[in-house]
Amino acid sequence: MPKYYQPEMETAPRALMRALQSERLVKTVRRVWENVPFYKARMEEAGVTPDDIRSVDDLYKLPFTCKQDLRDTYPYGLFAVPLKDVVRLHASSGTTGKQIVVGYTREDLDLWADCAARALTAAGGSDEDIVHISYGYGLFTGGLGLDGGAMRLGATTVPVSSGNTQRQITILRDFGSTILCCTPSYALHIAEVLRDEGLTPADISLKAGIFGAEPWTEEMRAQIEQMLGIKAYDIYGLTEITGPGVAFECSEQSGMHVNEDHFLVEVVNPDTGEPLPDGEQGELVFSCITKQAFPILRYRTHDIGVIRHGKCACGRTLVKMTKPRGRTDDMLIIRGVNVFPSQIESVLLQLGYTANYQILVDRANNFDSIDVNVEMNPGIFSDTVRGLVQKERELEEALKSLLGISAKVHLLEPNSIERSTGKAVRVIDKRKLLD
Amino acid sequence: MAQQLSVFVQNKPGKIAAITRAIADAGVDLRALSIADTTDFGVLRMLVSDLELAKQALARHNCVVSATGVTVVAVPDVPGGLARVLTLLSENSVDIEYMYSLIGRGENKAYMVFRVSDEKKLHTLLAENGLDTVSGEELGLR
Repeated sequence: MPKYYQPEMETAPRALMRALQSERLVKTVRRVWENVPFYKARMEEAGVTPDDIRSVDDLYKLPFTCKQDLRDTYPYGLFAVPLKDVVRLHASSGTTGKQIVVGYTREDLDLWADCAARALTAAGGSDEDIVHISYGYGLFTGGLGLDGGAMRLGATTVPVSSGNTQRQITILRDFGSTILCCTPSYALHIAEVLRDEGLTPADISLKAGIFGAEPWTEEMRAQIEQMLGIKAYDIYGLTEITGPGVAFECSEQSGMHVNEDHFLVEVVNPDTGEPLPDGEQGELVFSCITKQAFPILRYRTHDIGVIRHGKCACGRTLVKMTKPRGRTDDMLIIRGVNVFPSQIESVLLQLGYTANYQILVDRANNFDSIDVNVEMNPGIFSDTVRGLVQKERELEEALKSLLGISAKVHLLEPNSIERSTGKAVRVIDKRKLLD
Repeated sequence: MAQQLSVFVQNKPGKIAAITRAIADAGVDLRALSIADTTDFGVLRMLVSDLELAKQALARHNCVVSATGVTVVAVPDVPGGLARVLTLLSENSVDIEYMYSLIGRGENKAYMVFRVSDEKKLHTLLAENGLDTVSGEELGLR
């Protein structure tokens, strides 16, 4: 079984990678300067011309692009090719504002498929596999992104799309799917339904899963791996850059390799925008250096992470990024304390709860309150009220020591928190309704 | 000893009706029932005619359940009968986790379900004081 999909890129020596990146960056900057009035205007404002960008070392000179810029130029204002060369459009759901739209030329779809194929290969996939894709198909990049990768790899691709969990399970069993691709919360839901039907990992043929599109914790990984009897791999992507496959996890399961021959990654101080060195936590910023239709430059992702260069034990030399701790958009500020939902998830799973939870934040009399709803499961059920109250207290204390503030825990019946077949809704912040 | 079925219940209208309906639909008879609750949730404890059938029925309704061994004591059905049993337990430091009564009774006996800190000691005390226990089989429970 091949270990790499494109070894010449995935294991390239640093000097070679940098030379390639520089060449591609220089070309892309010149191209957007000539073809996209927005970038030209921004660069002029910053006093930068394409002549100032000679290598990746000059990347920091370029102005940032942010989500608002995509909204302001909606729909096609950032496209660098005529629409006749665009063969596909994708859009983000727009749950946090006006939707954004991105375009792909045939070449763009090709390189995206390569990136997703690298991810599948790193997860042990090959043309022998049956790849079951339960990400939504449509304007969302998840379904078609992994579909492109699986087809490119020559695997048997099963485009199930999301939803209808019973049917997912029938197909998993009947078709003998070996690799599952979906959001981690949906993977957990599929695992729960399997278990509730009295099925075990021995009844299915899955060996690996590629899960992304929402933040998830190591504890959740362990739970999914145990319940489905698979190895669970993280994948990273965002519509603005290309979709799933911007970065992917290898057998080491210790961070994701960025496909940096296509997407340059930087970590910057989220407040000042100043680039940070390897190992320092900050906001991830990506630049596309090969895409034709939508070559976004220095895009601020709002994802918080750390990058590290060096050769991985898997043999890849592609720079690694940590699993994003969460988006700055998802970060809750409760009584002045910064809280990521993923931190709460870690505590829950460590104490034997499932990843079915919801965080409710509210404000009364200028005082923030946080309530955590979590489902009861047989592992922590006790037939005495005292035992259950003790469980609640134990969790409240663990959350207090993590957050420094008191959270009220509510134990709910199984399945009382709505399951999502796509991205799970973890946080309900009622304070936003008051503003 | 008898096996008691315990169910986690959220405090929501109609929950207990739904649970007892699920058990009824499985053709299972309720022989005893008690509820312990807080403001948010409670534990419904039951002795049922068929534990496995009831468990399966509740599993289909996504309930979290557990089975616990409890002791059913045949308390003399006279004024002070229960007080005598409870005094005996208290004087011998057997703590009661919870207790409730059974639906129906024996001849001159009221049946009480006990879950205590020391089950073995409870049985010894009862035997020494001429008090009977009733097994699940004797109650017709499976």
